[in-house]
Amino acid sequence: MKKVNRRTWLSGAATAAVAIAQTATAKAVQVGVPIDQLWADDPTKQPGGAPPGQVGTRSPFEKLVKNPSDISSRTPLQDLHGILTPSDLHFERHHNGVPAIDPAKHELLIHGMVDKPLVVTLADLKRFPSVSHIAFLECSGNFRTGKETLSPQDICGLTSQSEWTGVSLATLFREVGVRPGASWFLAEGGDAALMTRSIPVQKGWDDAIIAYAQNGEALRPEQGYPVRLFLPGWEGNTSVKWLRRIELGDAPWQTREETSKYTEAVGDGKIRQFSFDIDARSIITFPAYPAPVQRGWIEIRGLAWSGRGTIERVEISTDAGKSWQVATLQQPVLDKAHTRFRLLWHWNGDETEIMSRAVDSTGYVQPTYRQLLDARGGNSGYHMNPITAWQIKRDGRVLHRPEIR
Amino acid sequence: MTNRTCWRAGFLLGVVGLMAGFRPTTGPPLTSSAQTHSLDTIPAPARFGFGRPATTAELTRLDIDVRPDGKGLPAGAGTAERGKAIFATKCATCHGVGGTGGLGGALVTTTMTTTGVAGKRPEKTIGNYWPYATTVFDYVRRAMPFNEPGSLTDEEVYHLTAYLLHANGIIDEKATITAQTLPTVVMPAQTLFIPDDRRGGSEIR
Ligand code: HEC
Repeated sequence: MKKVNRRTWLSGAATAAVAIAQTATAKAVQVGVPIDQLWADDPTKQPGGAPPGQVGTRSPFEKLVKNPSDISSRTPLQDLHGILTPSDLHFERHHNGVPAIDPAKHELLIHGMVDKPLVVTLADLKRFPSVSHIAFLECSGNFRTGKETLSPQDICGLTSQSEWTGVSLATLFREVGVRPGASWFLAEGGDAALMTRSIPVQKGWDDAIIAYAQNGEALRPEQGYPVRLFLPGWEGNTSVKWLRRIELGDAPWQTREETSKYTEAVGDGKIRQFSFDIDARSIITFPAYPAPVQRGWIEIRGLAWSGRGTIERVEISTDAGKSWQVATLQQPVLDKAHTRFRLLWHWNGDETEIMSRAVDSTGYVQPTYRQLLDARGGNSGYHMNPITAWQIKRDGRVLHRPEIR
Repeated sequence: MTNRTCWRAGFLLGVVGLMAGFRPTTGPPLTSSAQTHSLDTIPAPARFGFGRPATTAELTRLDIDVRPDGKGLPAGAGTAERGKAIFATKCATCHGVGGTGGLGGALVTTTMTTTGVAGKRPEKTIGNYWPYATTVFDYVRRAMPFNEPGSLTDEEVYHLTAYLLHANGIIDEKATITAQTLPTVVMPAQTLFIPDDRRGGSEIR
């Protein structure tokens, strides 16, 4: 019997890819492939090559990649399905690299306005009752526009969703005995930036998690291994990664990341600070640049989310905003979570623009770019969540419609 | 079923368990924590007793944060003149001569950085954007120089803070910055900051 190794399996796969890719665009090529060659690629005619493994693999046909810059890396939203982001595709944003932390040496210190200043190890944390929350995490600087050739990943790829597991911060608050006057806590990371943010204590009692797991396994280093703070619905920077210290106090610390950064101009020369909640937003991820579409039936699909609760409704316009239709929300519809929406549309081949707008459980309606500028007297830089439109060209090309100032 | 109903169900089961006499025979009683917070509603003891008490030594080593009221500032003093020399050797490669701009961004407000260079957005700097002077000390001590964080002495950080405040036209060249004087420095941008006024609902803010 012919010995099959990984290399021949992979090259076979590559050949098949070419055959399939060409089939989609040029039928003549497919007809030209001799029958014995097609058989050589037929997986039912030879034993599978890969033995059972220690970890799974991604099919070599799938090219899922984040889009890195110097300081961040974006999730390929247009290539994903469902509501969970594969952990290796979760967006990244850090302020001085990803630290290499030995979990056996890592400790979390909780002190300040507490009865019993405490040090807990990762092992200690895992002994406390554990909770989980499926929720999105989004950087508040998650918006780009300006040219037609932008994908959902380019426009707003700094949002991802995971199941976060760890200890309810409230459990630790009770353990250390938070004093009545404590109104803020400082969260500090153990990275080279020693990232710090001041957080109202109430958020700790409400739904904050000291997370050590993401989608069933330990956190990824890029997401804060071995321990991070996770604040559902709040701007990503507040969910401090590589968490090493929590200090309780009676006033905010006014750290650099809550003054010089992560604050936004809102008109009249005013600067808004401690803008924690992520406003409701949605984006159509199909059709979207760069994938072209064909006329006929198209299921418009996308993601909607709100930091203030659940998604109540998503509306879609296929006529450049003149009329709107209610999309179907795909279950599960979770609190402070990416929610899938979809709508069947028959495209007759005419040039048009399609767009979505989210409405959340507080009644907030996702605004247009113009509405945001009017409300804030210009581009505020952070917390930009405008309705995003895709132009559908006659030849099936799909392009971003850049926002104009 | 949502997560929340799962938790509720878990909580109810716990209560039923207690009533049915499944309460552990040893250990302190379990109480519902639902009154204090909503995320974890399983009945829990008042304290678990996990972890260990923090020592004074580790508190001193790790607790380096500084607040606007000066809480957390160490002993020491700094002047702009001394800071200028340190800045030239340890900071100017990334922030430019005099802190007016480079790969690490501008730190000093000048006409150029305030009005913006040829179509670029004007840079936010300590002089035109930072609301509290204590943040300069706190941030430089914890995060700078970018390629060697944590390498500066407290004295050096005081000198650099004095230099950056003077270069931005906020304090006098001769002023001495200490734990007492730094919190009294009034920053030009302080009155511009307002708390978040977004509340959800129908209003766009
Ligand atoms: C190797 C390059 C480098 C060196 C050297 C360096 N910095 Fe920086 N600095 C940076 C970068 C990059 C940032 C932005 C970091 C970020 O955004 O997370 C920064 C940010 C800052 C900021 C905050 C600016 C703002 O507006 O938010 C201050 C203040 C600062 N540096 C001071 C200093 C001082 C003082 C020194 C010398 C002791 C120094 N830096 C040396 C690269 C450098």
